[in-house]
Order: sequence, then structure tokens, then C-alpha cells
Amino acid sequence: MSKKFADSGRIAPSDITPHRQYLSRRTLLAGGIGLVAAQGLAGVTRRASAQSAGALAFTHNAAFSVTEQPNTYTDITTYNNYYEFGTDKSDPSENAQNFHTRPWNVTIGGEAELTGTFNLEDILKPHPLEERVYRLRCVEAWSMVIPWIGFPLGDLLKRFKPTSKAKFVEFKTLYDPKQMPGQRARVLEWPYVEGLRMDEAMHPLALMAVGLYGKVLPNQNGAPLRLIVPWKYGFKGIKSIVSIKFTERAPRTTWAGSAANEYGFFANVNPEVDHPRWSQATERHIGANAFGPRRPTLPFNGYAAQVAGLYSGMDLRKYY
Amino acid sequence: MWQVRWVLKPIVFLACLIPALHLALGALNAAGLPHVGNVSLGADPVKVMLHTCGRWTLNFLMITLCMTPLRDLTRSLLWLRFRRMFGLFALFYVSLHFTVYLLLDQSGRLDALWQDIVKRPYITIGMLGLLLLIPLGVTSTARAQRRLGRRWIQLHRLIYVIAILGVWHFWWQVKKDIREPLLYACGLTLLLGYRLWKQRNSTARVSAARFARTDGA
Ligand code: HEM
Repeated sequence: MSKKFADSGRIAPSDITPHRQYLSRRTLLAGGIGLVAAQGLAGVTRRASAQSAGALAFTHNAAFSVTEQPNTYTDITTYNNYYEFGTDKSDPSENAQNFHTRPWNVTIGGEAELTGTFNLEDILKPHPLEERVYRLRCVEAWSMVIPWIGFPLGDLLKRFKPTSKAKFVEFKTLYDPKQMPGQRARVLEWPYVEGLRMDEAMHPLALMAVGLYGKVLPNQNGAPLRLIVPWKYGFKGIKSIVSIKFTERAPRTTWAGSAANEYGFFANVNPEVDHPRWSQATERHIGANAFGPRRPTLPFNGYAAQVAGLYSGMDLRKYY
Repeated sequence: MWQVRWVLKPIVFLACLIPALHLALGALNAAGLPHVGNVSLGADPVKVMLHTCGRWTLNFLMITLCMTPLRDLTRSLLWLRFRRMFGLFALFYVSLHFTVYLLLDQSGRLDALWQDIVKRPYITIGMLGLLLLIPLGVTSTARAQRRLGRRWIQLHRLIYVIAILGVWHFWWQVKKDIREPLLYACGLTLLLGYRLWKQRNSTARVSAARFARTDGA
């Protein structure tokens, strides 16, 4: 941020994650349990002091992480699609600052043996947190790399003993126009609904995220609990979840319901199936090399080896 | 009125360049090149440049279309002295918009441009708007105006078509939130509606006058 560094290289210093600090923070905290208040730690307060500065205890899961350089914390937390807080990319970081994520309840319903409304702490308690560096591909043809903190969605779902009738999982975001100014206009149908087929939801890559860059998830990124499905377009990753329901039929998801010819239920990243208004063959990678060439988009966002089997025999042009 | 020519016009001219200057500084910053002011265009500078230039193209089209109604409203000819400048700024910003799109967004790939033109109606429409603006820019000089005479007026009525194409292009490229294009569409409806209303009024007045004359004869 200080001007004298500004022309010293391609990347402004404010954009570089203090990586050494980040690593030391990780070693310091790994092995701890639950939330650790760590305001005093260097690095933690650097950019996020206004947001929840809580550092999390987690282990790094290298097997489920890409080796690409993650985007900066600033990029990840100021460039968001979260229409509940406004439709501009910068709206969520401005409008979500006073969003209350505690107390928070999640209702589990539908085709499962164990249903009911649970306190977020009880939802999270049994799950050890891990860090996974995932690619994120937005349906708008841009991409990032993000170090999420979370736990496998499947582990959570199993706890509620879904019955044989549970073929899909439906998620809902909080509906609270008082806190979420974007919901006061009917830009989309509120509350936001997303869903997965059961086998997709149980796939080990599907993640319930509660943090990023080692810290509690900032509000604009979907706090306190959000879904990450790295082989699908970003809009599948529903934020601020208050309801999880096991269903027999495919849920009517928000974007697919609003423009079925443009957004499908599956929404798997697929360079060969264009959005009607733009090509999905390439993407602009957000980050230091802002004016670099577009990158080719990979089938299933680069996770084809792990997930393509889920869709064998399906016509992916029809089920986009 | 030397004040208009040597003071007011240069000030307005420089003001019209502010958005471009802002983007230029932000782009230098984002590219890590020497710059002043530390302007940040955010995480996706290309998109900001693309959108800002598109937005100002549309703004200048609308501003250009405001000049005649403002003349009528204020009964001052001053406005018309700025009309050409604003029109040319629309051309300037659409050229930047197109350049950013082709060179930065599509990495200069002409095949990608062509694919978009034939496959994406909103690009087809935008391209049409750009192509139609070029002859207006070329014939914007006083000399061309004299040479073309009445045909100049007819040719420059294309601005109505271009503005409609511009709003349409904007409308079609938004993902879901059409509130802003709707606002531009309302503004444009007012501006074009005013002209229709004026035309109907004046033809009515002309025929009324003619009627009065025959009546009197
Ligand atoms: C009269 C001509 C034109 C006008 C008035 C115009 C105006 C606009 C406006 C207002 C926007 C939206 C900005 C925003 O969201 O804030 C836009 C976006 C865009 N325009 Fe244009 N434009 C024109 C011509 C063109 C041409 C010739 C091209 C390329 C061949 C083009 C490509 C685009 C693209 C790619 C976007 C962004 C779409 C996206 O982000 O998904 N435009 N334009």
C-alpha cells in the first residue's frame, strides 16, 4: 500500500500474502483444537483486522490441494459474487461487514433418520479442519486459487443417516433482507437454493468450508458455513447455509430456475459447453498477471481424474 | 464568445478524459509499471476497464442526445457547441472499449473476436453500434457538414439507432440484474420520445398554419 514500493515489481506488496508469516501461523496453530483467538499474531491482523480475526486450527491436506500459487487474501475477499449483499463484485465486502453469524442454526431435514435444528457449534464439533487449496472457476469465465479451511461434506451428511430415499441434497442460504440488502430486490428468487446429487455430495472433494487463509471465513465469502464443489462453477458453492435437506427429487436450484437455458443443475465446469452469451473455453485468471493471456479451461476444472466417473454415460451437453 | 472556445470547452474536454485517465493510471498500477496516484482497479482490472469504457460510451451517447432538448428547454444555443465533442467522446470510449476487449480480454485473438461476433448477439449488436459510429465521427467536421448539407442531418440521425443498439447490448450482457440497463432504457425512451413529440407537434403546427391560411384565403 505504501507508494514507494509500487513500482518495484509486477505485484504490489500489499497483494503478497506474507507467506512466511502465514506458514509460521500454521505451524503455531496446527494441532490445537477449535477456535483460537490470535489477534496478536503477526499477519493475522494485516488486512483482515476489521473482519473476524479468529485463526483456526487445521492441518494442510496436500493430497487434495493444487500446487498453484493461491490468490491474495485481498483478491479473494474483495472480488465476490454474493448477490444477497449486492450484485457488484465489491458490494459484498462493503455490505457484509455487520452480518451476524452467531448465533447460527442449521436445519437438517428430509429423508434422513436424524433431523432437526442444530446449533452451528454442534454441527462443526466432530469435524477436524483441514486446509485444501482448490481452483475456483466462476461461470463468468474467471478463476482463482483459494486455500479453504473446512471438512468433507460427506462426513457431515453421514452423521444424519440419510435413508435410501435420499437421492439429492438441497441447501438453502439464510433469508434475512434486514441484514442482506440484496434480498430487498428480486434480482433472484430468495432464499438462494443449491443442490447436489447424493453421489456428488459424498465425493471426498466436496467441502464444507468455514475458513480461508487459516482464518474464519469473512462474511463476504459466505460465513459461517458454505459449500465448495471445485469441479463445478462457483455459483454451486452456496453460502451462509441454514438448511440442508435430503430429497428424493432434484431440487429446483436458484440459477437453473431463473434461466434454465443458461445455468444447469449440474453446472460442471466444461470448456466445450458455452454459456449462451460467452464462451467457456478459456478463463481469465485473477491475480498478479492481470494482463496475461487467458488460460484454457479444463474439463471439470482440472478435477476430471477424480470426478469424471460420476457422470459416465451422461450426455454432458444435455446435462450442463 | 472566446470564453466558450478557450475556457469552457477545454475544461469540458479535460473532464471528459477523466475516466480514461483513471483507467490508464489503474492499468499502469496493475501492470506494475511506473505510475502516480496509486489508483486500484481491483482484482480484475480488465473487466473494470472493459465495463468502464462501455459505460462511458453509453453515457456520452446519452449526453449527446441531451443537447437538443436542453437547447429547447433553456432557449440557449450554447449546448449545441458541445454536441460534436460529446459525440466524438462516445466514439473515443467505444474504441477503447473495443480495444480492451480485443487486446486484453481476448488476448488479441481475431478468431475469438469473430466467433463472438457471429455467436453472441450482444457482441453483434455492439459491433454494429461501433461500425455505425465511425461514419458519424468521420463526417463530424464543419467541412463535411457543409458538403453533405441535408444529407448530413439524415446521416447523423443514426445516433438514435446507435443509442438503441448500445442499451440493447448492455441489457443483453448482464447476468441477471437488469436494473441499470433499464434505467438507461428509460432515459433513452424519454430522449427519443421527446423528439417524436416535437416532430408531431411541429407537423401539427405546420398543418394548422396551412389550414388557417387556406381558411383565410
Ligand atoms: C455503441 C457501442 C457500444 C456500447 C454503447 C457499449 C456499451 C457497453 C456497456 C454499457 C457495457 C456494460 C458495462 C457495465 O456492465 O458496466 C458493455 C459491456 C461489454 N461490451 Fe460493449 N458497448 C459497445 C460496443 C461493444 C463492442 C464493439 C464490443 C466488442 C466487439 C463490446 C463488447 C462488450 C463486452 C465483452 C462487454 C462485457 C460483457 C461481460 O462482462 O460479460 N461492446 N458494453
